[in-house]
Amino acid sequence: MRPTVSGEVPGLFGPLELVLEPGRLTCLLGASGVGKSTLLRLLAGLPTGVEFRGRVASQPAALMGQDPGLFSWLSAARNIGLGARLRGQRVDNARVAALIRAVGLEGLERRLPASLSGGQRQRVALARTLAEDRPLVLLDEPFSALDVALRLQIGDMAARLLAGRTVLMVTHDPAEAARLGDRILVMTPAGLTANPAPPGPVPRPHDAPEVLAAQAALTGRLLA
Amino acid sequence: MRALLALIAALLLWEALVRLTGLPPYLLPSPLAVGGALWTHRAEIAPAALLTGWETLLGLMLGAVLGVGTAVAMALWPRLGRALSPGLIVSQTIPVFALAPILTLWLGFGMAPKVAMVVLIVFVPVAQALYDGLMSPPSAQLDVARTMGASNWAELRHLRFPAALPRLASGLRLGAIYAPVGAVIGEWVGGARGLGALMIHANGRMRIDLMFAALFVVVALSLTLYTVIDRSLSRLLRARGF
Repeated sequence: MRPTVSGEVPGLFGPLELVLEPGRLTCLLGASGVGKSTLLRLLAGLPTGVEFRGRVASQPAALMGQDPGLFSWLSAARNIGLGARLRGQRVDNARVAALIRAVGLEGLERRLPASLSGGQRQRVALARTLAEDRPLVLLDEPFSALDVALRLQIGDMAARLLAGRTVLMVTHDPAEAARLGDRILVMTPAGLTANPAPPGPVPRPHDAPEVLAAQAALTGRLLA
Repeated sequence: MRALLALIAALLLWEALVRLTGLPPYLLPSPLAVGGALWTHRAEIAPAALLTGWETLLGLMLGAVLGVGTAVAMALWPRLGRALSPGLIVSQTIPVFALAPILTLWLGFGMAPKVAMVVLIVFVPVAQALYDGLMSPPSAQLDVARTMGASNWAELRHLRFPAALPRLASGLRLGAIYAPVGAVIGEWVGGARGLGALMIHANGRMRIDLMFAALFVVVALSLTLYTVIDRSLSRLLRARGF
């Protein structure tokens, strides 16, 4: 199925339709406060605090936000296995260990979040999102609190590990959208428009001419 | 260290004041007289302090358990929470010592009314602090838990309760400060034993030095209790990443 939000929020955005392509990473780019996160929360089935008029067709989702939302009293490994614990299921420790290796956190699995760096915390959150194994993955500006180098590194890691899943990634960074989006949607108060994504599989190199051109075009769209 | 210096300075000032003004000891005994009374009446004060301490501890534990249970129930059943929440605030406006005679009437002259008094004093700050914490979980963590499909109970047990532990600790600290006062009030109104009763009797016999000595022991008891609880709570919280 194609996860879809169609409708409007009076005073925030007019009638629009957001449709995600199965198995693709869709970047939703837009200025702060334009309603990107509201669309994402509607897909996640979370309260939005606004009056939405319309229809949502979604799937069970895994969520990762700018605030990694780690439970500060649980070790990295326990945070990754959190979903099973919350649903009263048995935690698959072998899978947790595999995910820790996949995000490069070997040796840190027993650390509490407070003793991890910002990048390490986001990698724990990424592993936890993968541990959920949901058909839909929702990323709400997941790397916007990181510095440029970490943003590139962890963004590429996320795109690789999430390949083949239906992903919505909300971002306000044109460079990130140009590198990571199979599809790129730009959201403005006027509505949603699709922008051509640069050729090549994601993650794309940050310095490829097509990526830089797409980044410039997207920045122009945001300035318009 | 500075607190100790300030204490010594205050005691010196007090001693000087008594000597210079020549106040009679039944109005204001000097610190030395109080110290003397503490020593000569130690056989009387020690068992009284033990009893008061025991009542305080028992009341503190019962009050904490009751407060935690109430807060958890209020968080689990929002209707109950909304119904009881104003009640918690109203109950804090009641001067609890006004209840002491009734408690004595209901529960007799033994330990029970004193412990009940402590429970009443401890219960409200613990329940209030924990309930506030349970109702304001960190929002990013709450979003994550909800998309993961946590039931209300799982959300309470795995997120709201652990996240509220620092608030619970604040409530317990407050409770620990007020708890000995509750026991003393209880003994004051309806008791023959304990530091409160000792103070009332000393007052009646114009033994103000003994009264002050008992007061000193109450303060020392409260500070010891608070320090022990404060330190252990801090250590527990630190071990859990707070």
